[in-house]
Amino acid sequence: MTAAVCREPAWYTEHVATADVPSVTLPLDPESRAWLRDLRATGAVRDEAVARLHALLMRATRFEVARRRPTLPHLRGNDLDDVALQAADDALMSVLARLDDFRGASRFTTWVYKFGLLEAAVKLRRRAWQGREVPLEPESWSFFSTAALEPAEEAEQSELLATLQHAIEHVLTPHQRRVLVALALNGVPIDVLAERLETSRGALYKTLHDARRKLRRHLEDSGLAFDAWLGEEET
Amino acid sequence: MTERPDLRQALGRLLGPAAPEVGCDECFEQLDRYVELELAGRDADAAIPGLRAHLDGCPACREEHESLRALVGGEQAL
Repeated sequence: MTAAVCREPAWYTEHVATADVPSVTLPLDPESRAWLRDLRATGAVRDEAVARLHALLMRATRFEVARRRPTLPHLRGNDLDDVALQAADDALMSVLARLDDFRGASRFTTWVYKFGLLEAAVKLRRRAWQGREVPLEPESWSFFSTAALEPAEEAEQSELLATLQHAIEHVLTPHQRRVLVALALNGVPIDVLAERLETSRGALYKTLHDARRKLRRHLEDSGLAFDAWLGEEET
Repeated sequence: MTERPDLRQALGRLLGPAAPEVGCDECFEQLDRYVELELAGRDADAAIPGLRAHLDGCPACREEHESLRALVGGEQAL
């Protein structure tokens, strides 16, 4: 892809981060229909359906905990069980509150699973960063350095990095710079940053997206062929 | 051309995807449908434009996509 193609079409700036993908309503499969019927019932039928829903969410949250366990050596088994249970409890509330949003675009169980996985993932990312300072300034530019470049490539890379560094420092707003540096340079998980800055994941990603578009535009205006370094060249 | 994975990876994180993308909220809304289309061998990217680009640009949403795909795909394989 050429640098010129990176300029977004008109609809893009209107719809990104508040995207306008049409929602899909499909006839429900029998299993999904039964879930909705029971969860909208009263008394013992509903209680039993809620218990089954919680069990379904526990399957998702335990699955997520198991996947992330190798990256969380400081958490003991009991801690991880607690996270799975808390995530399932919170996801249950979300699912029940949003039951009317389910349109049958997938099976009900798949729709439910994503709530459990999200809650568990967010909790585990936050646990992993508990007590750690969130770096909002560049810790180092050294990870850009690469070995064994040809002299011409090295000069090209130096110019690209200098332009990029200048743009980060002078083209972005202070908020855009802090968000970009934390998320894209320092590897802070977006949920952790959202919690520390008391904002939402969606709002932070919008800020990150706007910062990225500014940087791309600045590099294009500087005449730098950064798409070759990104592997975005047309073949 | 000399291999330069570190720079490419770092630039990718800084500059994000070139293609138009949805945001995190829309990604969550569409993720279950996207995964089922993928697992059914359908063209999920054509059905839900902008979601793949978002997964490329957002590590958190990418992780959740991978988990949902693994969980649902694993159950289907049983």
